[in-house]
Amino acid sequence: MRLVEAVASGPSPGRAAASSTGWARLLRSAVFRAVMLAVALLGLAAAGIVAAIGWSAGRDLVTATERVIAQDLGQLRQIHRSGGPDALTSAVAERSRSDGPMLFFLGPRSGQKRAGNLAALPASLASGDAGGTFAYPARGGGSRSAAGVLIELDGGVVLVVAHDIEEQRGLLSALRRGLIWGLGALSVLGLGAGLLLARHILGRIDAISATAGAIMAGDLSGRVSVRGTDDELDRLSGELNAMLARIEQLMAGLREVSDNIAHDLKTPLNRLRNTAEAALADTRGGPAWREGLEQTIAGADELIKTFNALLLIARLEAGAVDGASAVLDAGEVAAEVADLYEPSAEDAGFSLEVDAGGPAPVRANRHLLAQALANLIENAIKYSGAGAAGGPRDISIRVRALEATVELSVGDRGPGIAPEHRERALRRFGRLDDSRTLPGTGLGLSLVAAVARMHGGSLRLDDNRPGLLVVLSLPRAISSEMGRS
Amino acid sequence: MRVLVIEDDREIAHFVERGLRESGHGVEIAGDGHAGLEAARAGGFDVLIVDRMLPGRDGLSVIQTLRTEGHRTPVLILSALGEVDDRVKGLKAGGDDYLTKPFALTELLARVEALARRAAPEEGATRYVVGDLVLDRLTHKVTRGGETVPLQPREFRLLEYLMRNAGQVVTRTMLLENVWDYHFDPQTNVIDVHVSRLRGKIDKGFGEPLIHTVRGTGYMIRDGN
Repeated sequence: MRLVEAVASGPSPGRAAASSTGWARLLRSAVFRAVMLAVALLGLAAAGIVAAIGWSAGRDLVTATERVIAQDLGQLRQIHRSGGPDALTSAVAERSRSDGPMLFFLGPRSGQKRAGNLAALPASLASGDAGGTFAYPARGGGSRSAAGVLIELDGGVVLVVAHDIEEQRGLLSALRRGLIWGLGALSVLGLGAGLLLARHILGRIDAISATAGAIMAGDLSGRVSVRGTDDELDRLSGELNAMLARIEQLMAGLREVSDNIAHDLKTPLNRLRNTAEAALADTRGGPAWREGLEQTIAGADELIKTFNALLLIARLEAGAVDGASAVLDAGEVAAEVADLYEPSAEDAGFSLEVDAGGPAPVRANRHLLAQALANLIENAIKYSGAGAAGGPRDISIRVRALEATVELSVGDRGPGIAPEHRERALRRFGRLDDSRTLPGTGLGLSLVAAVARMHGGSLRLDDNRPGLLVVLSLPRAISSEMGRS
Repeated sequence: MRVLVIEDDREIAHFVERGLRESGHGVEIAGDGHAGLEAARAGGFDVLIVDRMLPGRDGLSVIQTLRTEGHRTPVLILSALGEVDDRVKGLKAGGDDYLTKPFALTELLARVEALARRAAPEEGATRYVVGDLVLDRLTHKVTRGGETVPLQPREFRLLEYLMRNAGQVVTRTMLLENVWDYHFDPQTNVIDVHVSRLRGKIDKGFGEPLIHTVRGTGYMIRDGN
């Protein structure tokens, strides 16, 4: 922390306030904390390992030293016991000549040294088998450490057998120094890495936040930048962007729907109002009022129809109409609906043909399925007249059971719908501009699409070469359940 | 005819009451499920109009209770829920007909009258007669002035329904529901075309027309005299 504060209150005091909030954010960031925690744990582990090595190595060295001392001491005692003081003196002198780590002193406590490579009796060494450590003047100058044992012989003579431990001490202190430096470097590097990492990730998250902020402010076109590194943040950004694109698309659809609702409902409301006003202003009085009221009611009924269709679509899309479905033959329903529409089609100059080959079982709500087919037939009658001057004027209803689906299609020989307009035609009030003048709610196809989706199927607009082919595809049911709900 | 209206929405209740009274029917209104159940148990009504959602006691439970207790009075359910499954639930609970709000008064009156008639004894008749038009339900033969009129099965069912409700208005929706057994809103005049076909066979060439258009509502078959 102190290091960070020192950096924060660094060389440019003018920017200190601004950047210190930046630093404070870095320090609060989850990444930084995680890195710091990792560094601390790593440091602890390293210290533990080094301490364990140091302790066990130190103990091994001490044990080895003690053993060597005890061995020499035992041999010298043996020599002293069998050969007397002179033999001991020559043995100590003999041993002192080798250039090893062993140190000896033989002589009276105060007086002339008899033998040994220690210049003087180590003053700090007490007598006894426990032994101790002491410092002695090294050959090349300075002082070195040694560990040894002092024993009293007869006549005030003492024997010291010791072992130089300066190198062992050096090894241990090197270990300690290494540990301290290592931990220091680890901390500094960890802190630096933590700060860099936190800054990097905060930067990317800030970019995502900024995009989210822009979107909340109303700009739905904003997107999170993707670096192309395919890391987890990139993948998250990609997912977010896909979600945003979908939301934007839905919002655009919704906006269009509400625009269209406003437009499509305002027109008939205006007409309603104008009818009532005109009737009221009519000088004929009574009969004109009656006529006006009747027209007003008829207009209101149309509006109610539109609202009913809207509500039905909304409920279908919410999956709210679940009951009253049974396994039934789509071909039968098609034949019934065709029978219902046959006179109307004939009056409008169309021939209505049903081609149902074999049983086509679907689990469906009979009324909704009939309504969907009715809408498709009504559309075919309404829209295919204009483009078929002199051409064949037949509307064909086909029902086919495929492997997993049952397809109900209504094809006409009218102008059709260009591929680029097909999606639009399926939307609520998504009437194509050239058909706006024709009567109707503008909800027909989107209601069919909603019925299809509610039954787990789909609706497709296709080219009937020439004309429009609308294909309602529903999951095929098991025919043995036919008639059962 | 006496009608009990169990409806908590006062505006709708008064709208219905006024319409029924103007058509010459007696009306009693109950504002909640408990009061409605009590009034219905007291009896003396030809038709019950029951709102689905009522304070105190749900409309469907009122109907179920009445049916369990053996009351057979025809029931018309009124509901803001108009989807097919709601209708099925309503009819399963013991309702005889189902009308979605908002509704046209003429539609309500036509349905109430059709319900009252359903309970009448001529329901089970094997022959319907209107003027010189005779429909035999057993042989599926139709004659007018003794002359056989060949009809397609659908036309026969349409005429049968009109004649069963002879003298009463039947709406387009009632025809779609009862002749075709479909509950949905056709955007076009499909029913009118069917009736006009039927007219071409029943009335064309026979002096007095029997099928009449009731403006803004539907159709009625009756003897002009």
